[in-house]
Amino acid sequence: MTMFILRRIGTMLVTMFALTFVVFYLVNLPGNLEKIAKTEGNMRMTDAEVQAWLDAEGYGRPFFTRYAEWVTNTVQGDMGYSRVFREPVAEVVGERLYYTGILMFWVMIVMVPGALIIGVLAGMREGSPLDRSLSVGSIASTSAPEYVTGIIFVVIFSSALGIFKGIASTRTITFENFTLPVLTMAIYGMGYIARMTRASMAEVMTSQYIRTATLKGMDFRMVVLKHALRNALIAPFTVIMLQFPWLLTGVVVVETMFNFKGFGWTLVQAAGNNDIELLLAISWIAVIIVLATQLISDIGYAFLNPRIRVS
Amino acid sequence: MPAETLGTLDILLQILQRFMPVWIALAVTMGGGYFIRDRLGQFGRLYGSRIGLVGLGIVLFWVFTAIFADLIAVTGPVDQLSFTAKKAVPGTIDAEKGVVLLLGGDNLARDIFSRVVYGSRIVLIIAPTATLIAYMVGSTLGLPAGYYTGFVDTAMSFLANLVLAFPVILLFYLLVTPEVREPVMVDLLLFDLPWSIPIAMSAIFFLFPIVFLCLLWFTKYEKNKQRLQVYLGVTLVLGIWVYLGLVFNADPTGLLSMDPNELNVFAAVVFVSSPAVFRVVRGLTMDIKTRDYVAAAQTRGERPWYIMLWEILPNARGPLIVDFCLRIGYTTILLGTLGFFGLGLQPESPDWGTMINHGRSFVRLASTAHIALFPALALMSLVLGLNLLADGMREESLKD
Repeated sequence: MTMFILRRIGTMLVTMFALTFVVFYLVNLPGNLEKIAKTEGNMRMTDAEVQAWLDAEGYGRPFFTRYAEWVTNTVQGDMGYSRVFREPVAEVVGERLYYTGILMFWVMIVMVPGALIIGVLAGMREGSPLDRSLSVGSIASTSAPEYVTGIIFVVIFSSALGIFKGIASTRTITFENFTLPVLTMAIYGMGYIARMTRASMAEVMTSQYIRTATLKGMDFRMVVLKHALRNALIAPFTVIMLQFPWLLTGVVVVETMFNFKGFGWTLVQAAGNNDIELLLAISWIAVIIVLATQLISDIGYAFLNPRIRVS
Repeated sequence: MPAETLGTLDILLQILQRFMPVWIALAVTMGGGYFIRDRLGQFGRLYGSRIGLVGLGIVLFWVFTAIFADLIAVTGPVDQLSFTAKKAVPGTIDAEKGVVLLLGGDNLARDIFSRVVYGSRIVLIIAPTATLIAYMVGSTLGLPAGYYTGFVDTAMSFLANLVLAFPVILLFYLLVTPEVREPVMVDLLLFDLPWSIPIAMSAIFFLFPIVFLCLLWFTKYEKNKQRLQVYLGVTLVLGIWVYLGLVFNADPTGLLSMDPNELNVFAAVVFVSSPAVFRVVRGLTMDIKTRDYVAAAQTRGERPWYIMLWEILPNARGPLIVDFCLRIGYTTILLGTLGFFGLGLQPESPDWGTMINHGRSFVRLASTAHIALFPALALMSLVLGLNLLADGMREESLKD
C-alpha cells in the first residue's frame, strides 16, 4: 500500500511538472508578453521599447532559466505578484480559495446526501415507478450544465418570484443570496452521483446475501439499511471524489454568473487580463486539487473494498 | 412605447406552425422507422423503450430544425429589426417590418426565435463532427494501448491523464487568447502556411481520420490489390484535400475553408474529449481481446491491426454507440461553456452558448430574462434528448 501511494505521488509530481511547463510556455508566448508590456507601460510603445521593457523586467532571459526560477520560487512559497489585484499572489489565492471553500462546503452538504438518497431509493426496487421517475429526473439534471440551470433558477426564483438573489456577495453569506449558486452547482453533479448509486444499489440488491436476508423473513427496510447500503455506497464514493475536477469547472461558471468573487472568478480575471503569475499559481493549485482527489479516491476505494488488494 | 403583442396561446400556435416541416419530417422518419424496425438493429430496438423513443424524438427534432432552418426562421440570424424589437418581450410585433418576434428580441433587436433555430445548425454541425474526430483519435490510440498494454499503454495513458487533469476552462482560456491563436505565416520554400498552436493541434487531430481510414482499408484488402488501390486513392485524395482546406485554409480549389475561430473551437473540444474516448476504447479492447474469436484470429495468423480494427472494434460497437451519444451531449455542453465565456465563435454567431453569454447580463430583470432563457432551454433539450437516447439504447442492449 505504501509503495502504491508513493508511486502515485511520484506520477503526480511528474504530471505537475509537465502541466506547469505547458502553462508556463503558453502564458509566456511573445504575444502575451507584448500585451503585458503595453498594459503596464503605455499602449503606443514601439517594438524596441517593448523589448527594452521586457528585458528590464527580466522577461528577456532564456525560457528554461525562468521556468527553473519560477519552480524554485514556488516551492519556497513565493508565488510572485499579481498585476491585476496589486497584491502578492499567495494572498490573493488564499483569500479566494477560502471563499470558494465555503461555497463548495455547502454544495457538498446539499449534493452528496441528496444524491445518495435518490440513488438508493431508485436502486432499491429496480424498474418500479419510483425508480423510473427518479432516473429520468437524474438524467434531466445531468443534461443541464451550470450555465443553463443557473439561468433558469435566476429567472424563476429571482426575476419572477423574487425569493432569492441572483448575485452572491463574498461579504455577506446569507440564505437569500447563497441558495441559487449552491443549488445550481449541486444539481448538475447530483444526477451523476445518483445514477452511479442507483446502478451499484441495483446490483447489490440482486446478490445472494440480500436474497438470504429477505428469505429469512427480515423486514425490507432493515435489509436495505443494514445489509445493502454499506456495500452499495463503495462505488459512489469514488465518483464523489472524481467529481471535484468537474466541480472546478462548475465553480468558474457559477462564480462568474453570480459574481461571487472566489477562486473561479479569479481564474477568469487572471486569464482575461493576462496576469501571468496569478494564472500560473491558479493552474498548479487546480491541478493539485484534481490529482489529490484522484489519489484519495483510489486509496479510499482500496480501503473500503476488501476485494481490491494493491500489490 | 406600446408595441403590439400577441398572447401566449397565439405565440405557441405560431411556433408550432413555423416548425411544420419538422413535424412532417419527424412523422415520416419515426413512423417509417417503426415498420422497418427489425432491420435497424440497435436503433430499431429503441421502439421497445419509451424513454429512448422520447430521446430519439427530441434529437431528430433538432436535426430537422437544423436542416430546415431556412424555412423555419423568420429572419436571418444576424438581421437587425427596428428599435421596437430591442429587448422586446415574446410576441411583440415589429413596428417597421411587421415581423412577429415569437420569442422576443435581444438587445441588438434581433429575433431570438430565428437565432435559436439557426444556432441549432452550428451546434449540430460542430458537436457531432468534433466528437467523431475525437473518436477517431481515441480509437486509433486506444486500440493499440489496450491490445499491446505494456509500455505503449503506460506512456499513452499518462498523456491522457495529463490532459484529463487539466482544468478545462483554463485550457480553453489559454488556447483561445487572441495572442495565442493569431496565425503566423511560415515560409516552407514552395508555399506559405499559417501556423499557430490551435492550427498545429488541429493539424495533428485532423490527420487521425485519414490515418484511421487508411489503416482500415489496408488491413481489410491487403490481398486484394486492386480494391485497396482504389479505396486508398480515394481516401487520400479526398482526405488531403479536406485536410488542407480546413486546417491550413490552403485548398487549391478554394472551395473548402474554415473560419479561424471555428478551427480553435474544434481543436479545443477535440483535445478535451479524445483522452476520455481513449480510456473507453482502451478498456473495451482489454475486455474483448480475451474472447475466443480474437484468439482464433491470432491463430489464423492475422496481423494485430486487422484484429484490432476488424475483430475488436466492431464487437465493441454497442457500448461505443451509447458512449458516442452521451459524448455528443457533453461536447454540446463544452461548446456552450466556450460560448458562455465568450471564447467560442464570433460574438455575433447565433450558437446557443454565445447567445447565453449575451443574454446573461439581462437575466435579472423579468422583462428581459428571455434573451438568455430560450437558448439555454434549447441547449438543455438537445442534451437531454441525447442522454435519454443513450439511456434507452443501453437499457435495450442490457435486455439480452
